[in-house]
This record gives sequence, structure tokens and C-alpha cells, in this order.
Amino acid sequence: MRHQLAVVAAMLALAAGTFAVRLAGPILRSRISFPGRAERLLEAGAIVLLAALVATTALTAGHGLAGVARPAGVAVGGVLAWRRAPFLVVVLAAAATAALIRLLPL
Amino acid sequence: MTMRSAWRTLGPGVSHGIAVMCCSVGIIGVSYGAIAVTSGFPVWFPVLTALLVLAASSEFLFIGIIAAGGSPLAAAAAGLLVNARHLSYGLALPEVIQPGWRRVAMTHLMNDESVVLALSEQEPARKRAAYWLCGAGMLACWPAGALAGALLGSAVHDTAALGLDAMFPAVILALILPALRDRGTRHAALAGAAIALASTAFLPPGLPELLALAAVPLSMRRAEAA
Repeated sequence: MRHQLAVVAAMLALAAGTFAVRLAGPILRSRISFPGRAERLLEAGAIVLLAALVATTALTAGHGLAGVARPAGVAVGGVLAWRRAPFLVVVLAAAATAALIRLLPL
Repeated sequence: MTMRSAWRTLGPGVSHGIAVMCCSVGIIGVSYGAIAVTSGFPVWFPVLTALLVLAASSEFLFIGIIAAGGSPLAAAAAGLLVNARHLSYGLALPEVIQPGWRRVAMTHLMNDESVVLALSEQEPARKRAAYWLCGAGMLACWPAGALAGALLGSAVHDTAALGLDAMFPAVILALILPALRDRGTRHAALAGAAIALASTAFLPPGLPELLALAAVPLSMRRAEAA
């Protein structure tokens, strides 16, 4: 791994920053009240960020497209989640679909 | 609160559901550890990160950016931004995290799953029990899964053959689906995903997700129009 010390330092910064964000909510809550509009924006921001993460991790690899197997696995997992299948079923079906497609002689 | 008393407070049905959820997260941890070592990280790195950060999506993003050649600073900033949602979680759960020395432990256990479970309970005692049981389970299962995956990844080099790379996006998708039933949020999420995909071709890793935030105002406009 390149510049290992810098990577470990960055990881520790991420851990400390994440803890500070987790701590900020309960502390702020007891001092100030947030307008409903700001809370809605924060919530929507988290969902948009996660949706973008799903799109990029499911469909892309580097600067290009990820091929067929991974997107197909995620799609099967997504459909099962939409039909309210248990979490474990969603996860295993996504992996199994991707693995099976990779076994096909394409 | 002990594991046993939290289990008793919640009853076997809810507790069993939490245990299954923790097992699933452990399996995602396997994919996380395997992806980390096959990207060139040492075995201890994903395990230590899993213990200290304890927030899956930011950790996947962090190792993904570094593995793709991004700078450590950009990786930490992107991970922190993904974790900014914990601010609204903390604001939403005043009755769960109460002052005192336990606050440090309870604060670290704040994650998507523990918060969703606490929000689904009505009484404060049950909220605290669900949050604590799920959070403690995650703290055990996520690093343990990462360790198993890191060892597996060191032995089996082609983890993609097992389909492990499809697990993470599927899990995040499953977690955000309930929020996407809201029309405004769904429009903003789809637009954000499209922005991220289109910009992946030319932006360095981590930035496409941040650029997606430009779609957030869509959620408000729709809500006001409705």
C-alpha cells in the first residue's frame, strides 16, 4: 500500500470526525431547535448521497462501466428488498446472482 | 444495560430479528474485508477501521477511493461527508442517548440499523434496548466479518467470483428503499444517482457522490408542490 502512514492517519481522522458528528446531534438537540425544513434537507441529503453511492458502486468500476454481473446482482437484491424479503435473503441473492452470471461462458 | 436484559425487554421476536440483521452485516463485513485486502490493504486495516469508524458505507468509500489512486485526504473527507447523516440521527433520538459516561459508548453505536430500529419502537425503554442490542451486535459482527473476509481475500484472490462485490450496493439500496417511497425524496435520489453516474467518467473517486448533492433541492420543491 502506498504511503501507509498517511492512509492510517486519514482513517483515524475519519474515525474521530465520525464520532464528533455522532456526538453533535444529542448535544445540539439539548441547546437549539432545528427548523423542520432544515431537518428535511439533512435527511434528503443523506438519502441522495447513499443513492449516488449505490449507483456508482453498482454500475461503475474506475472511470468505466462495471459489466453485467454486479449490476444484475444488485438489481435482484433491489427487487427482493422492494418485495420486503428478509435482509439476509437480499444480500445472499445479490452475491449468488453475480457469482452465477460470472460462471456463464460469455 | 446488559445484552440479556435488552433481549428480555424486547422479547424474542424483535431480538431474533436484530440477531439476523447483525449476521447479515457480518456477511457484508466479509465482502468488505475481502475487497480491502484484494485492493492492497493489509489484513489488520479493514478490521481496525471497522472497530473505530463503524459505518459501512463510509468505509467502503474510503478504501475504494484509496484503491483507485485518490488521496488519503479526499478519502477521509468523502467518508466524513457520507457520515454527516449521523448528525440528523442524533437529533432524531434525544431519548436514547442520555447524559453520563455511557454516552460515549452509546454515541459510538449510532449507525443506520440501530437508529432505524430505535425509531420503530414507541416506549423509551424499548427504544434504548433496541438501539443498544443492535449497536452492540454490529460492533461485534462488523469487525469479525471484516477479519474473516480479509483472511478469505488473502487466500482466494478472485473474490469477485463469489459475487461479494454485489453485496454492498444491494444492502445500501435495501436500507434506503423505505425513504424512496416518498415522492420528493425519490426524485432527488434518482437525479443525484444520474449526476453521479454521468460525472464518474471524468471526476476523481469520491467527488461524483458529492456532486449528487446538487439534486437535494428537488426534494423540497416537490414537497411544497404536493
